[in-house]
Amino acid sequence: METVTLTIKNQPELFLEAETIAPDAFAGKKTEEIADLTVYVGRERHRLGDFFEISGKAGATPEETKIVVNGDLSRVKYIGMKMTGGEVVVNGNADMYVGAWMQGGKLTVNGNVDAFAGTGMKDGELIIKGNAGNYLGAAYRGDWRGMQGGKIVVTGNAGSDIGTFMNGGEIVVGGDADVHVATHAEGGKIVIKGNAKSRVGGQMVEGEIYVLGSIDVMMPGFVYREDVDVDMDGIKGRFALYEGDLGERHRKRKGQTIYAKLYQRIEA
Amino acid sequence: MTKTVTDVICPFCGTLCDDLEVVVSDDGKELLEVYNACAIGAEKFLHSQAKDRITRPRMRQEDGSWKEISYDEAVDYTAKMLADAKKPLMYGWSSTNCEAQSVGSEIGEAVGAVMDNTATVCHGTSLIAVQDIGIPSCTLGEVKNRADRILFWGCNPAHAHPRHMSRYSIFPRGFFTGKGHTGRKVIVIDPRPTDTASLADVHLQVEQGRDYELLSAFRIAFRGEQLPDVVAGIPKEQIYEAAETLKSGRFVIIFFGMGVTQSLGKNHNIDIAIAVTRDLNEYTKAAIMPMRGHYNVTGSGQVWGWLYGFPYAVDLSRGFARYNPGETTSNDLLRRDEVDAVFVLGSDPGAHFPFSSVKKIYDRPAVAIDPHETPTTEVCNVHVPVAFVGVETGGCAYRMDNVPIETRKVVEPPEGMMTDEEFLKHVLARIKEIKGE
Repeated sequence: METVTLTIKNQPELFLEAETIAPDAFAGKKTEEIADLTVYVGRERHRLGDFFEISGKAGATPEETKIVVNGDLSRVKYIGMKMTGGEVVVNGNADMYVGAWMQGGKLTVNGNVDAFAGTGMKDGELIIKGNAGNYLGAAYRGDWRGMQGGKIVVTGNAGSDIGTFMNGGEIVVGGDADVHVATHAEGGKIVIKGNAKSRVGGQMVEGEIYVLGSIDVMMPGFVYREDVDVDMDGIKGRFALYEGDLGERHRKRKGQTIYAKLYQRIEA
Repeated sequence: MTKTVTDVICPFCGTLCDDLEVVVSDDGKELLEVYNACAIGAEKFLHSQAKDRITRPRMRQEDGSWKEISYDEAVDYTAKMLADAKKPLMYGWSSTNCEAQSVGSEIGEAVGAVMDNTATVCHGTSLIAVQDIGIPSCTLGEVKNRADRILFWGCNPAHAHPRHMSRYSIFPRGFFTGKGHTGRKVIVIDPRPTDTASLADVHLQVEQGRDYELLSAFRIAFRGEQLPDVVAGIPKEQIYEAAETLKSGRFVIIFFGMGVTQSLGKNHNIDIAIAVTRDLNEYTKAAIMPMRGHYNVTGSGQVWGWLYGFPYAVDLSRGFARYNPGETTSNDLLRRDEVDAVFVLGSDPGAHFPFSSVKKIYDRPAVAIDPHETPTTEVCNVHVPVAFVGVETGGCAYRMDNVPIETRKVVEPPEGMMTDEEFLKHVLARIKEIKGE
């Protein structure tokens, strides 16, 4: 695998829209060609090289390309957007839409990210070693097909609206989550290792949520069924199983109604 | 001698009352009296006659004082500011006609602006919910003639839409509602005992910020499933009873306002309220409608919906329309320093935005187009006074139920004053000159 290293040298006056920072755009290009890729500040077009020091070279295909981005990227949007393979490592905080509509490969952020990370994700791995903003792994506005596959791991806390309209894949939050977890979800799995606030699983049709800490306010549509032992992927303990959302539509399989499942840990 | 103009449209709130009578002087230059309007609507007409009204554009001087400038100078300043900016914000658009909104959109396209209207701090969240799950709605005429179950959720029309209840929702006698208010059951859901709640048959005093849970409980109650003993501070018996009241109606209408659109959960509250309406249609006829505030905020959503496919927060900076509330909404743009110039028309963000956003308007080049002196004009570099739409010039406006109504000119504006549309047309022409088109 070949590595391209980007180091931010000029901060944009407004925000930099840099969806070209992805293995797919870099693959098969020389350093000068990568520097010529287009980025935007407002309505102005610029070269990627106007803002970044670029070294190394890209592989022949996205799968053979690794991108390392260094510096304060808190004013850079769309890093790793729509990437299909390869690897991106961000050393610093990044702004919105990190790994949005990601289809494959691995994206690691050693820092915090703002909202809309992993929006409409299809596949691949998104690892955030810090905190994530709102709408982590959520659907794009108006889309009823949210996250379809892949895995998002956040070591810190996450904001509100995690996994809205999710129907596949997995989101793991190491810390706490804000309101609205898996709203409208039709599948997939969300694990919150810290505490959740309220509106966990509202309007949820199918899928699973695991909360290891507390839930401030339980949705009225989730009913307690039984206590179960869980031991999978490092999550272990006795959990109370709730099913819901009773107010939402649910399909039947062999005469049995399929509900969404909410597990809350009662004993480690 | 005076003359009376009948069937005048009121350009204040989204109810867009169309039965006002206005008395004007014989030469049509002075507006003397207003009949049938609510106190706010009447004041809007009468305020156009204020003796201290500003009738010429003004530019802020170094020492903070205003200097009168010509419309030409104001056009030039505005055009240059917009053409120079990398990403200007063009905000407001709710207290003007669709014709001006359309010319403004052309400017937005030419300069790559973000176009946003007052829905951004109002019913924008409702628009997100509508995009997510659709909306079963109706017109206010249907409400008047058919609705026998009226639910006001997080809104207080007694103060915000004063004639709404008498014209459409509670009191009127319609085709199938001949008994007026005695044939209707009114439910108000609000954490506060409002004046609207005092008119209701049932007032459910929901715990602040727990609307989502209560709406979810209604859905569970409709299905006859088991509820916890208390949801959102309301005992389950009251929820089952209210659910039964709604199901037993012939036509249910849910009106909702800022109490749910701008409290915790925002779009999700509306999303689930729409789901409640959809559920009710399994048992009876039900519809839901946002209580839109400004008289033509609905119209700007219509104009942009038609032009760009999105009703507010439209980012045109890259030559195509993008939309994502949370990113392309005015307060997010201002507070994150994403825009470098601000143009305001037909709204008062200075009064309604958080102070942290207003400071950002003050920090960058800004122009306000408004007939009045407002908190916004105080933080702008140039203030351009214009004629009142619906009083001194006509034009199309959309009522809260998306019915277009042509407003009327009843009196002449002060000599030499431009309308919103005229000013914008001049700005557009000047921008085209600057850009060499």
